[in-house]
Amino acid sequence: MAYSFPEEVLEHVFSFLSSDKDRNAVSLVCKSWYEIERWCRRRIFVGNCYAVSPEIVIRRFPEVRAVEIKGKPHFADFNLVPEEWGGYVYPWIVAMSAAYPLLEEIKLKRMVVTDESLELISKSFKNFKVLVLSSCEGFTTDGLASIAANCRNLRELDLRESDVEDLSGHWLSHFPDNYTSLVSLNMSCLGSEVSFSALERLVARSPNLRTLRLNRAVPLEKLPNLIRRAPQLVEFGTGAYSAEIRSDILSNLAEAFSGCKQLKGLSGFWDVVPSYLPAMYSVCSGITSLNLSYATIQSPDLVKLVSQCKNLQRLWVLDYIEDSGLEALAASCKDLQELRVFPSDPFGAEPNVSLTEQGLVSVSAGCPKLRSVLYFCRQMSNVALIAIARNRPEMIRFRLCIIEPRAPDYLTLEPLDTGFGAIVENCKQLRRLSLSGLLTDRVFKYIGTHAKKLEMLSIAFAGDSDLGLHHVLSGCESLRKLEIRDCPFGDKALLANAAKLETMRSLWMSSCSVSFGACKLLGQKMPRLNVEVIDERDPPDSRPESCPVERLYVYRTVAGRRVDMPHFVYTMDEDAALRFS
Amino acid sequence: MSMPQEHDYIGLNEPLPMEKKPSSENEKNNVLNLKETELRLGLPGSGNGISLFGKDLKDEGNNGISQCPLKSFVSGAKRGFCDAIDSSGKWGFGGCEVDLARGAKSNNILQSCVKSSLKEICDGSPVKPVEEKKNENGNNAPASKAQVIGWPPIRSFRKNSLGNNVWKDGDGGGSSGCLYVKVSMDGAPYLRKIDLKTYSTYAQLSSALEKMFSCFTIGQYGHGLSRQEHLSESRLTDLLHGSEYVLTYEDKDGDWMLVGDVPWEMFADSCKRLRIMKSSDAIGLAPRTMQKCKSQN
Repeated sequence: MAYSFPEEVLEHVFSFLSSDKDRNAVSLVCKSWYEIERWCRRRIFVGNCYAVSPEIVIRRFPEVRAVEIKGKPHFADFNLVPEEWGGYVYPWIVAMSAAYPLLEEIKLKRMVVTDESLELISKSFKNFKVLVLSSCEGFTTDGLASIAANCRNLRELDLRESDVEDLSGHWLSHFPDNYTSLVSLNMSCLGSEVSFSALERLVARSPNLRTLRLNRAVPLEKLPNLIRRAPQLVEFGTGAYSAEIRSDILSNLAEAFSGCKQLKGLSGFWDVVPSYLPAMYSVCSGITSLNLSYATIQSPDLVKLVSQCKNLQRLWVLDYIEDSGLEALAASCKDLQELRVFPSDPFGAEPNVSLTEQGLVSVSAGCPKLRSVLYFCRQMSNVALIAIARNRPEMIRFRLCIIEPRAPDYLTLEPLDTGFGAIVENCKQLRRLSLSGLLTDRVFKYIGTHAKKLEMLSIAFAGDSDLGLHHVLSGCESLRKLEIRDCPFGDKALLANAAKLETMRSLWMSSCSVSFGACKLLGQKMPRLNVEVIDERDPPDSRPESCPVERLYVYRTVAGRRVDMPHFVYTMDEDAALRFS
Repeated sequence: MSMPQEHDYIGLNEPLPMEKKPSSENEKNNVLNLKETELRLGLPGSGNGISLFGKDLKDEGNNGISQCPLKSFVSGAKRGFCDAIDSSGKWGFGGCEVDLARGAKSNNILQSCVKSSLKEICDGSPVKPVEEKKNENGNNAPASKAQVIGWPPIRSFRKNSLGNNVWKDGDGGGSSGCLYVKVSMDGAPYLRKIDLKTYSTYAQLSSALEKMFSCFTIGQYGHGLSRQEHLSESRLTDLLHGSEYVLTYEDKDGDWMLVGDVPWEMFADSCKRLRIMKSSDAIGLAPRTMQKCKSQN
């Protein structure tokens, strides 16, 4: 039966399948489809670099052109994962340099990337086009120089939010004079000044340049030189948006911006001097994405800018916008889909701005397309959460951070269980949820009962007992990633739901009540999980088995225990009983 | 499970039906009696709940050994955990059942406190119960509160770039924003990041570092000593203040200097990285520090 359909035809049909889910499904139909599919899969996504080994990937998929790999758990962003935990990309690069000479794309997130790795990339893949390093670390600007010098076909170099050791700005000058294929450059995380003339020449000889995100060191008065040379820009990130106030700078800038008819996204805006904001007004009507999360300007200036962006779909902003500004946003930007409000003074004892739950309620009421929210604030109430839930039942991502841990409903002093309960009950498509405030086991019962599409859940300082964790693990059918800190969750819920952990990508628990004994047991019973105890004190066996571990990271894997663990990471497996007795 | 109820946004919702434990405590509860309305939460294995608003901690003093890892909320994450483990060992495997009851009890007290206080709160005008209690905290850190590691969940690069915040008016204390620097310790396998802006004196910095790296040094000692011997406070202080280790930093010019020779502000402005070095390795530093200061003055 398989012979009636030529392989080439099947391959051609499969080439229209881009989603991994579809390709995985196709490969399970029968052996011959598995074979055909694996030879024509070009893109690989590895959500956890330790879930599989480079050798396994290469053996199954010999013709890959694009690789995306993620390393450290999400809580590493907040310094909860000790340095040296892992996530090294070098072994992957070595293996791929031999197996995938035609590799074009590497996208990494939260991985440790060395200059050595970058140099190997630059020399191994002749047709290398795309390098995205998101929240990575371990490399210097020397590594970037290798990429610039050797990757003749590079299209994209995106360093978003990586921690780069910035030795100098000289790396940019390593792009050869005959290099003209740049499409996207994001160097916003770098500190050093690059040679402006080198940057200017680079922009001038890159006719396909669509995305340019500068770093803070690029001065405002020089922006027109760049923008004029790239009127085809779609996304632009400024440097420091300040200069002494001169009308010629302003008019120069305004004229340059007005030439960018395709501009859709703006970012940067460090050190904003409000007088220069009007330079952008001419492009506002086309703007769909605006990142003002570094712009330390007051609400009236923010409102003036934002209310001109009638087509705005995504806004990142500091809480300087205040409730009044969010109300204005709700009135002007009816296409808004994503809102992120960051705190300007997260560690201040008193609120420094008038931003409360009211702002979020206004936006939820006024913006019918709102689906994705990240909101930092200092007070919340159940009635507000219920209102938000009812206003926006199509919400997909809801991440709320009430700055004070365990803060109750400020009106009633009750837990926020009913409020979050309303969110999960009304928003049936919810895929990501972050909780905060005072919460009992009850909220987890609501989540387990209603959040059937939930894929990622972040919990901090919440719950009363194991029952809370049990509700989540037993009820959330779509759960892939669960991260928990400082909650009284312990052994019972974990062991009772051990099988669930194989259906998830990972579980992170830190400062909870999971005992070393339970971790050992879990590791012994579940050979297809890596159960990592991450504990920087004396080895865990120097304490009673009932002592809780500092951190626990559990993830499914087909690669077995990893071999690059630092001394403070202990993998629990069948041998653990022998090693720790 | 009850359905979420519809509520008037400005008004107050009915309290959820809960078991009430009528007790004489109820009569005394009112908003003005802050102790009674303090939220108390216990964790499995802990003997006492910890007040959210610092009253327990004030009694114990900042360096008191705490039974409860929630202490970390005020004094730094590592310390609380180490102490809880080293001193109590009370974390029972079957702790959860016992504390389910305890937890429920404190929940009930909470509910009854809230119910009886509702009348006082019910003026309808803006309520500020949480804010009032915060001021009771007796927070000493200038213009900022003591930090829990990784909370609120904001990435370092974002925190660092808030350093140029120009809208703080009338802040008597330090400037706002953050300045994360890496801290390494000779022999320790891991680095830490700390925010220099949360400290305003060398003593604060030193004490924070002691807490942060104490568990590693306890570990080091643990190999030699028997398990029962715990490092006391003073022993630990000796480690850092005594001859064993010195604190050094790398400044903007890339030079390594001893910490403590220049005024705090100058240090905080120029410090790029910290290193806890063995004194034996640091012998060459002192003269250079003096020279550099002289040339800068």
